[in-house]
Amino acid sequence: MKRLAALAAPVVLVVILLLVWEGAVQWFAVPHYVLPPPSRIVAAFVSHFPSLLAHASVTLVEIAAGLLLGGVGGFALAILVFLSPLLERTLYPLIIASQMVPVFAIAPLLVVWMGYGVWPKAVVAALIGFFPIVVNASDGLRAPSEETVELFRSLGATRGQILRKLRLPASLPTLFAGLKVAATLCVVGATIGEWVGAQRGLGYLMLQSNALLRVDLVFAAIAMLSLLGLLLFAVLRIIERRVLRWRGTG
Amino acid sequence: MKHVAIHVEDVSKTFRDGRGNVEALASVTFVVERGTWTTILGPSGCGKTTLLRILAGLVRPDAGRAAMGDESGEKTAYLPQRDTLLPWRTALDNAILASEIEGRPREAARSEARELFARFGLSGFERHYPAQLSGGMRQRLALARTFLAHRDVLLLDEPLGSLDPLTRTALQDWLLSIWAELRKTILLVTHDVEEALFLSDRVLVMTRRPATITRDLPVDLRRPRDRLSAELASRKGKLLALLLDGR
Repeated sequence: MKRLAALAAPVVLVVILLLVWEGAVQWFAVPHYVLPPPSRIVAAFVSHFPSLLAHASVTLVEIAAGLLLGGVGGFALAILVFLSPLLERTLYPLIIASQMVPVFAIAPLLVVWMGYGVWPKAVVAALIGFFPIVVNASDGLRAPSEETVELFRSLGATRGQILRKLRLPASLPTLFAGLKVAATLCVVGATIGEWVGAQRGLGYLMLQSNALLRVDLVFAAIAMLSLLGLLLFAVLRIIERRVLRWRGTG
Repeated sequence: MKHVAIHVEDVSKTFRDGRGNVEALASVTFVVERGTWTTILGPSGCGKTTLLRILAGLVRPDAGRAAMGDESGEKTAYLPQRDTLLPWRTALDNAILASEIEGRPREAARSEARELFARFGLSGFERHYPAQLSGGMRQRLALARTFLAHRDVLLLDEPLGSLDPLTRTALQDWLLSIWAELRKTILLVTHDVEEALFLSDRVLVMTRRPATITRDLPVDLRRPRDRLSAELASRKGKLLALLLDGR
C-alpha cells in the first residue's frame, strides 16, 4: 500500500504536466513540427513501438557496456589510487581534468578510431560514468575506522587481506551510490555517442526524426530513453538490495 | 613459580603531532602471570590504550621491551575500545574472523564458533547481522571473536564501557565465569574502580600523562565476590582517593 502511494505521487505529477502541455498546445495552436501535443507523441510511440524497441535494444547494449566499462575501470582506478600515494598524486589531477573535457569534442575522434559499432558509444558513456564511481568508491575504501584496521593487523592480516576482507566490502555501499549516478550519466553518454555517428539506436532515431520534422517521434524516443534509464536504475537497486542485504536490517 | 604471560620492561612512548610531542608512556614496567586477570586502572586518556596497542604489536615502543610469554611474538588477541564488528558479516562470520585470516578451514571454524555461541548467549543469532543485535549482544559477540582467536593473552580495552549499568553488571558476572572456564590471561583496561576490584586478581594504577604505573595492588578478595561487600567498598574508597590524588 505504501509503495503504491509512493508511486502515485510522481505519476500524478506527470499526468498534470502532460495535461497542461496538451491544453497549451491546443490553446495556442502550436504547429506539431514545433511542439507536438502529448496525445500525438503517445500515438507515435504506439505506432512506432516495434521500431522504438529495436533502437532501444541497441542503445541499451551501449549503455550497459559503458556502465560495465566505467564501473570496472572506475573501481579498479579507485583501488589503485588508494593503494599507491604516488599513483594518487599522478592520476587524480588527470581524472579530474578528464571531466573538464567536453565529451562532444572527443566523440567524433572515438568514431574515427573505433568505427560505427557499439564501442565508441560505450566508451563515451564510460568516460562520463566512471567519475562518480571513482570518487564514491575511494570514499568507501577509506570508510573503515582506524580501530578496525588495527584489529585486522593485530590478528596478523596481510595488506591484501585487509583490502579483500575489510576495505572492499566496506566500499560497496558507496560504490553502488556511484553506480546509480553513473547509470543515468551513461544514458546521456550513449546518446551523445550515437549523435556523432551511428546507424541505429535511439539517439540516431532522434536525429533522423528531427531532420524529417517528426518532432513527435523525437519525443517518443526521448520517452523510451527515459524508460531505459528508469529500468537500469531499478535493476541496480535490486542488485544493491541483494548485495547489501545487511543494510536493511538495522 | 608460575609462567610469565606478559613481560613489560621500561616501556616508553612519545607521539609527535603537529603541535609538539605528547609523552604517552614513561618507563612502564610490570609482569603478568599466565592465567591471571590483571586490570590497568586509570583516568581517561592516560595512555592505557597505547600500552595495549604496544602489547598487540601495533605500535613500537620508543624504548624498553614488551614481550609475550617466553618468546616474543603474536600471542595476544586485542579487542579495541570502539565497535569493530563488520556490519556486512553475520554474527557467526564475525566470530570466525581470526581463523579466516589465519587461513584455517572456514567450516571447521564455523562449527567451533557455533559451539561457543551457546556459552556466549548468542545461540539462535548466528545468522543475524550486528545491526540486529543489542548492545550487550554485540559486545558478547566481539568478546567471542576475541576468544576464538585462540591466543593465550586477551587484551581488552574497556570492553563494557559503552553499555548501560545493568547490562554492564550482567556482563561482568558472565565474563568472570567465561574466564574461569577458559583460563586465559586477561589484561583489562578500564577507568571503573568497582569493575577493576570486582573482576581482577591485581590492579595496576596508572597516572595521567606521561603515564607510569604508580601502584601495583593485589586484590586478595575471595571469589565469588560480592559487589556490595564492605571489604570491596572500603577498597574502592581507598583506590578512588589514590586516583584523585594522582591528578
